[in-house]
Amino acid sequence: MVQPLTNRAKQVDAKPLSFLERLYIPSILRGMAITFRHMFQKKATVQYPEEKRPFSPVFRGLHVLNRDEEGRERCTACGLCAVACPAEAITMEAAERQKGEEHLYREEKYAAKYEINMLRCIFCGLCEEACPKDAIYLSETFAPANFTRKGFIYGKPDLLIPDPVGEPEAYAQAQGPNEGRQPSSARTS
Amino acid sequence: MQFLSIDTGLFLEKLTMVAVVVFALLGIALYTTFAERKVAGFMQDRYGPNRAGPFGLLQPLADGVKLFFKEELIPLASNRVLFILGPFVAMFTALITGAVVPWGSELEVFGRKVSLTIANPDIGILYVFAVVSLGVFGIMIGGWASNNKFSLLAAIRGASQIISYELAMGLSLIALLMVTGTMSLCDIVQQQMTGSWGGLLGWNIFVQPLGFLIFLTCVFAECNRTPFDLPEAESELNMGYHQEYSSLKLGFFLFAEYVNMIVSSAVVSTLFFGGYDIPFVDEASLAVQIGANLTAILGTLMLLAKIVFFLFLFMWIRWTIPRFRYDQLMQLGWKKLLPLALANMLITGAVILLMNR
Repeated sequence: MVQPLTNRAKQVDAKPLSFLERLYIPSILRGMAITFRHMFQKKATVQYPEEKRPFSPVFRGLHVLNRDEEGRERCTACGLCAVACPAEAITMEAAERQKGEEHLYREEKYAAKYEINMLRCIFCGLCEEACPKDAIYLSETFAPANFTRKGFIYGKPDLLIPDPVGEPEAYAQAQGPNEGRQPSSARTS
Repeated sequence: MQFLSIDTGLFLEKLTMVAVVVFALLGIALYTTFAERKVAGFMQDRYGPNRAGPFGLLQPLADGVKLFFKEELIPLASNRVLFILGPFVAMFTALITGAVVPWGSELEVFGRKVSLTIANPDIGILYVFAVVSLGVFGIMIGGWASNNKFSLLAAIRGASQIISYELAMGLSLIALLMVTGTMSLCDIVQQQMTGSWGGLLGWNIFVQPLGFLIFLTCVFAECNRTPFDLPEAESELNMGYHQEYSSLKLGFFLFAEYVNMIVSSAVVSTLFFGGYDIPFVDEASLAVQIGANLTAILGTLMLLAKIVFFLFLFMWIRWTIPRFRYDQLMQLGWKKLLPLALANMLITGAVILLMNR
């Protein structure tokens, strides 16, 4: 005897149908009772644009370039994320911080250009783990549809989180419902 | 009002009735397509269409506009005239069945007694039969003229299915006609109004329960509705007889099915469920209390309620029972329903004979 996995298994028998069963009408009525009951049951539909299913806290969505508390970009264009990226979706160009730009960039070197191709990206989160400066992490949104391939190449304006000093509300919104999100490397350790 | 020895009033009154019935049939059919999708959704734990307008109420309009703006395609290899004729025959025959259904008793307008039946021939039920069998010509012509294997197979299926089920349907009706003794639909309704409980027990369903069951099954087959929708069996025939159709001609085919459903519901209500008879209410005494006109309108609303119930039954069955296999369909028609209907007819005849002795 095989151990049953669930107790829903039903024994099949090949007995010829009785007269009542061959009339089909009782079984049809039983089936109709089932479908009628289902009319009043809870709907499985999620009304998408109005109602969104919550993501799990470990969901890996679109990338965000982080700023520190004073609103300075954390990225130093070291290129470790690009090296870590298995899909080779990240490109960047570094530049040196000039005098008078200390309020914009945290360190002496920064990314003048930072692009992620969302069509190549596999959202593995390795860039997030590779980053020594906590400058990049994956948010809980996903890339919206676009008409061109070019539209999927996200530059710095698309990726940078709003300034926490200048626009605190937008910053809080960009941080999402799971406030104080840590990079996944910090979460797992 | 006499003009050229034609009763102009009668002419106008019938013209109005025709217009009202045709537009009502089309309007109800429009919302039956919507109701079908809603019922399907609710039975499958979904919401159904709910985006166009409040509760999705504008969905039928959106569907209509969509069909209207689709490209009109007539296959090169098809027979052009017949190809165009097919959907029109289907729609036309579906609509003209409504002519003999008694939609209500009588209204009194400007001192004239206006009958709420467009035509009341003595052979009303025969007319329904004749026209419903013509309906299959729409499917056959459309399917054959498409010059497509699947369409042709579907058309043949539709024709043989309707022939098989019309026999049992006719025989179950003969038993009913033996009881009523008339073929006029108006007289059949009038007979059912007399009975205890305000006419409820006079309904023919209590006289002919088996006949009703056979008739209903055959109506499902005649309307090509699940579980007998073999002409449209998409798993075997792609789209069935309307495979090659597009735009409004496709819409006509789909729409004709719903008009057929409504008229069939009306015929079933008329034959077996007392037509415009309000159960538990004596119409004659009600007419004295609230006036004849209001009673007639209430009766019409009652008939509409019965039609809506049967439309719901059509959908309910559709979303409950899977489609029959073709040999099962033939087996049920010829080996089960036909002998049953014959037996029903013989028993009815014997009972009538014994009671008259």
